Amino acid sequence: MTSRIYDVLIIGAGIIGAACAREFARAGLRIAVVEAGFGGATFAGMGHIVVMDDSEPQFALTRYSQQLWRELAPELPPDVEYMPCGTLWIAADDQEMQEVRRKHEFYAARRVPTEIFDPRALYEAEPHLRPGLLGALLVPEDLVIYAPCAARFLLHQAQAYSCDLYLDKVLQVRDHAVILQNRGGLHAGAVINAAGTWAPELTPGLEMRPRKGQLVITDRYPGFVRHQLVELGYLKSAHTLTAESFAFNVQPRITGQLLIGSSRQFGVQTNAVDNHIIAGMLARACHYLPELSRMSAIRTWTGFRAATADKLPVIGKCPGRQHLYLATGHEGLGITTSLATARLLLDQFLQRAPAIPAEPYLPNRVMETAHA
Amino acid sequence: MCAAASCSAAKAWRLPSVSNRRQFDVLVVGGGPSGIAAACCAAEASLRVAIADDNPDLGGQIWRGEHIFPGTEEAAHWYRRLRELSVEHLPGARIFAQAGARTLIAETDSGVCEVGFEKLILATGARERFLPFPGWTLPNVMGAGGLQALAKSGLDVRAGKVVVAGTGPLLLAVASHLKQYGAEILLVAEQAPRHRLLPFALRLPPSKLKDALSLRRDLAGVPYLTSCWPVAADGENKLERVTLRRGARTWSLPCDYLACGFHLVPNTELAALLGCVLDDGKVRVDDFQQTTIPAVYCAGEPTGIGGLELSLVEGQIAGFAAAARFDSARRLFAKRNKLGRFAARLERAFALRPELKHLPQPETLVCRCEDVSLLRLREHLSWRAAKLLTRCGMGPCQGRICGPALEFILGWQPESVRPPVFPVRVESLMTAAASAMPETSSPNPVSRS
Amino acid sequence: MPESVQLKINGVPVRVPLGSTVAAAVLLAGHSAFRRSVSGEGRGPLCCMGICFECRLTIDGQQHVRSCQLLCREGMEITLGE
Repeated sequence: MTSRIYDVLIIGAGIIGAACAREFARAGLRIAVVEAGFGGATFAGMGHIVVMDDSEPQFALTRYSQQLWRELAPELPPDVEYMPCGTLWIAADDQEMQEVRRKHEFYAARRVPTEIFDPRALYEAEPHLRPGLLGALLVPEDLVIYAPCAARFLLHQAQAYSCDLYLDKVLQVRDHAVILQNRGGLHAGAVINAAGTWAPELTPGLEMRPRKGQLVITDRYPGFVRHQLVELGYLKSAHTLTAESFAFNVQPRITGQLLIGSSRQFGVQTNAVDNHIIAGMLARACHYLPELSRMSAIRTWTGFRAATADKLPVIGKCPGRQHLYLATGHEGLGITTSLATARLLLDQFLQRAPAIPAEPYLPNRVMETAHA
Repeated sequence: MCAAASCSAAKAWRLPSVSNRRQFDVLVVGGGPSGIAAACCAAEASLRVAIADDNPDLGGQIWRGEHIFPGTEEAAHWYRRLRELSVEHLPGARIFAQAGARTLIAETDSGVCEVGFEKLILATGARERFLPFPGWTLPNVMGAGGLQALAKSGLDVRAGKVVVAGTGPLLLAVASHLKQYGAEILLVAEQAPRHRLLPFALRLPPSKLKDALSLRRDLAGVPYLTSCWPVAADGENKLERVTLRRGARTWSLPCDYLACGFHLVPNTELAALLGCVLDDGKVRVDDFQQTTIPAVYCAGEPTGIGGLELSLVEGQIAGFAAAARFDSARRLFAKRNKLGRFAARLERAFALRPELKHLPQPETLVCRCEDVSLLRLREHLSWRAAKLLTRCGMGPCQGRICGPALEFILGWQPESVRPPVFPVRVESLMTAAASAMPETSSPNPVSRS
Repeated sequence: MPESVQLKINGVPVRVPLGSTVAAAVLLAGHSAFRRSVSGEGRGPLCCMGICFECRLTIDGQQHVRSCQLLCREGMEITLGE
């Protein structure tokens, strides 16, 4: 067993772990990060940084974090592919147009700039959308990044201070130590479990389920789509707890490739591509962007999001454990809320006041009460 | 979105249906020599057989363009045999996914075709291995087989100055062919050293020796340099000259084309998608050319690079086996084993030298789809990390060009294969997914861990 | 039976022997670079067997079509990539 001692050891070098590493290292702490293989949601998802308003806590966290990303933008290297393209929430019927107006008011009251598009404005902004749509809400401060490179950037920033990276698998979490598959033990004053869908394995009693997603990416069609385009029905998809659903969600990448999502499934363990999901998802996408059907699709892949029952992430000290912190359960908002998650966690660690209330994300609510 | 919204999605956009559904006793994927041989042997047993191939005509690479005027007796024999049988030819059919255990899906220019089968024979052939070096991305730097294929497809190479380089007997065949088309072959640069080639040549069976000597005669006056390889290609907007190295000597040759390929790599992607076990990049088959998936056979280069004759024998064995004519298959075992031993000697003789790992400079592009340099790739510890962080291998070629190079240079192993096996239109992917059985995803779903 | 086929490459009529592929036709018309890579390099066919995708062109309005395995048809309109 090695006897190196860290102040904080972080399990997972996905976007959450990497953000925490950067935040904690910059605060002068000795950090270690352990990563098992780059298989988490960070490396599979869309990299969409988006404010959401499903609840006040969700809004507060996404908005706070989005602003942190915007502040970080000048430092991001080119391979992070930072695109301030904004999101267009698309309304296909009156009910959805009402939702557009509701969101607009909600965001206006909270000083998030948005703009309501009538059909003329919508088709001027996105001429390839199918006719017959009623309008949209533009959220101009939403962003798109290439998440794997963003995670790497954050980790590099941490390593500029004091951060050791171990490519290994954590078998067990103990007080003040983790046991690794290859390297034996690593000692630390505190441990952060940022292992995403693997987090419950390491912290039994943590109530989280993997929620599968599937994506398709096309060849390059620069300028075809200018914003991240999402149907308002997406919200029903993301926020129900039904077994499976999909919604129109298309993202332009800086390369001109189109990333087509999105889907959600519970209870599916394999990472194989599921045909009925792909079929439905692509059909939905072609419904909104008819020309998509003739485009060249290069790859399909899957990933798993870590999902909690109340759709809020878990950020804080693990109840009943003195030295274990949790930073996980971000579902589809991991990239978005990573920077704020790290900030809030550091605030708790240093016992200083956070910029937004931290109570809604504390772990008590997702720990099995029967667990000792 | 729950069931109601899903229903409205289906109503709003009718999922395109398969334009064509076909059913065969035996489906052969790949219309090169091994596929043609397999189809003949299966069809002669009165089975309904089809050959699906992504080219407009049969012949694969080695017999490309020979469907009307075969270049050799052998080719003529097989084309004749094929014509006498009612084997269906599905041209321009790009197989990209599975719809069920016994159904494959192909994209054609007009839509999507579902092909059902009782037995499947994979004869997907091989592709050239490209090794990166400064300037290899210039227009008119092509594969050796590549330039030959282009010449057969109508490119006028008369009076064009061509340097043929790389490794393998293919180089001589290509040089000879191009010369017949009127090209001026400046030289053939073979990386293998003479001390390996000479013993190989001396051990050639009489028929092959005759072929080799005949090729050398065709190429009289063309220097054939061993221990020689290209180190750079230069030119303003296209290739203008090639720099070669041989021992201590480095020199440049002005030329119009560089036909450069470093041996062949099996096309195993479809086999991998179907769940066939691969050993060291080759599809594992038993004596009857059956893969680890029952009813799926594999013949020719995907089971190991072995050349034309071995491909023909394996194709026949697979065809007979698929038709349950096991005695006929057995009669070819001895010939196959003998040719297999030859193939092993060939591989040893033309093995890539370690110096070739140092051909690319740090700024030389290795991934051509995403323009990723060797320098950027070397930062990473694995293929997976490199892929995610540079997008090397995530372009349309799906790692088929850069993968074999990186395997040689850095020892990286390729990752698992997902559909689509080739890029296809979104509507094709949608149609394929819609027509597949709901429970079917890939045959070997992997537990995420 | 016609011995040749006429198509348009970047708007310019080109006549090629029947049975030629689009890739061969483009080269016969004097273009070595078919398209630009992501960093702006001119690229032409490499493998000539449908694998490398370096030969892709816009053909009859459809982008990213491989030209090395496609036979020329009368009246085809080919646009090279910028």
